[in-house]
Amino acid sequence: MSEIFGWLPNLLSGLKTTLLLTVGATFVACPMALAAGLARLSRNPFFYGPAVCYIEVFRGTSALIQLFWFYYVLPHFGFQMEALTAGILVLGLNIGAYGAEVVRGAVQSVPREQYEAAKALNFSKMQTMKKIILPQAFVAILPPAGNLLIELLKSTALVSMITITELTFKGQMLRASTLKSTEIFGIILILYFLLALSITHGIRKLERRFSYVKV
Amino acid sequence: MKEIIFDWAFAWSLMPELMGALGITVIATVLGMALAMVLGLFWAVLRRSKNPVMYWFSTTVVEFFRSTPLLVQIYFLFYVLPDVGFRLSPLQTGVLALGIHYSAYLAEVYRAGIDSVPRGQWEAATALNLGKFHTFRSIIFPQALPPIIPAMGNYLIAMFKDTPMLSAITVLELLQTAKIMGAESFRYIEPLTLVGMLFLILSLISARMIRFLEKRYVQ
Repeated sequence: MSEIFGWLPNLLSGLKTTLLLTVGATFVACPMALAAGLARLSRNPFFYGPAVCYIEVFRGTSALIQLFWFYYVLPHFGFQMEALTAGILVLGLNIGAYGAEVVRGAVQSVPREQYEAAKALNFSKMQTMKKIILPQAFVAILPPAGNLLIELLKSTALVSMITITELTFKGQMLRASTLKSTEIFGIILILYFLLALSITHGIRKLERRFSYVKV
Repeated sequence: MKEIIFDWAFAWSLMPELMGALGITVIATVLGMALAMVLGLFWAVLRRSKNPVMYWFSTTVVEFFRSTPLLVQIYFLFYVLPDVGFRLSPLQTGVLALGIHYSAYLAEVYRAGIDSVPRGQWEAATALNLGKFHTFRSIIFPQALPPIIPAMGNYLIAMFKDTPMLSAITVLELLQTAKIMGAESFRYIEPLTLVGMLFLILSLISARMIRFLEKRYVQ
């Protein structure tokens, strides 16, 4: 038991990096999801073409391969980046592509009459989106966004394979020095589980907070 | 001399070996899915139990498998199983991890399918004096299955895209093979790009197939 306390500082510093990755990637994913999701709905091929490409490429290949590609191949084309930057960027872009489909579905779920009513009130296209459609879509986005956030948290474990010292990597290092596989990976699994539970809890609170907006 | 950025001849020479690795990836996916389908059904049935202990146990297990990273689960099995006396090959360990992880997702899929069968079917089976097991096997399950086939297909693709994680425990699937090729030739561009393309092509094809299944099975 006492040795577990000895590991804790090490594991907690890894946990900090895991959280940093999750938050950083969320900041990449949200704008990407919103932009690609809306562009996908546009009738202009200059908008929906790139959006479809982005969504299909990042959903159609594996996150781990994207990570390796960004870290090992992109430098050959002159884009050198640190492992942590590559990790945040790839995880964000990957989840953003899934998020784009969520945004698209949610925007499409807003009834047509809402657009017509906005037009009747002489709202501009921008105003309609910002004031009428997106607030209603937001309620439909929340539950799947919560699931994606958990997927994102789980996929942060992948960056341990490009040498970022987050929770899983720290676990690997501790295991190599102590050989206590069951205890170390057990603790790590529980830590991830607790984090995921708190995300679920937080999203549920948000859902209740915004439940007055009915689609 | 200008360095060639993407060497097509080199890329072409890698193809036979990559195709072999694709075989391993497909085997891992198919076996993992088979395990997940059996185990998922087990969780789904357990979750319907009226016994609160069984219900609580299955719900927690499913929640736990779903919300912890597959990669850590793979490491856990890879390092812990030999400690407790199970000697499995890396591929077997990988299949086990994929199967367990995705069984949690499939449990939810089964549950949705079973819940979508009208209550009247259970009542009719009771009226016909069918036992509980018989009712489930011959009446409920055959009706619950078709609507969930597309959802299962989606998880099959998701599992396929998660197989590169098995490279972490030295399974010679696509990514691991590409990494070895890169280390041998000092060229990572071609193998990694090819593997990415293979995944993209195969997932796009399978996504089309799922859309076809959706039209066929979901009204």
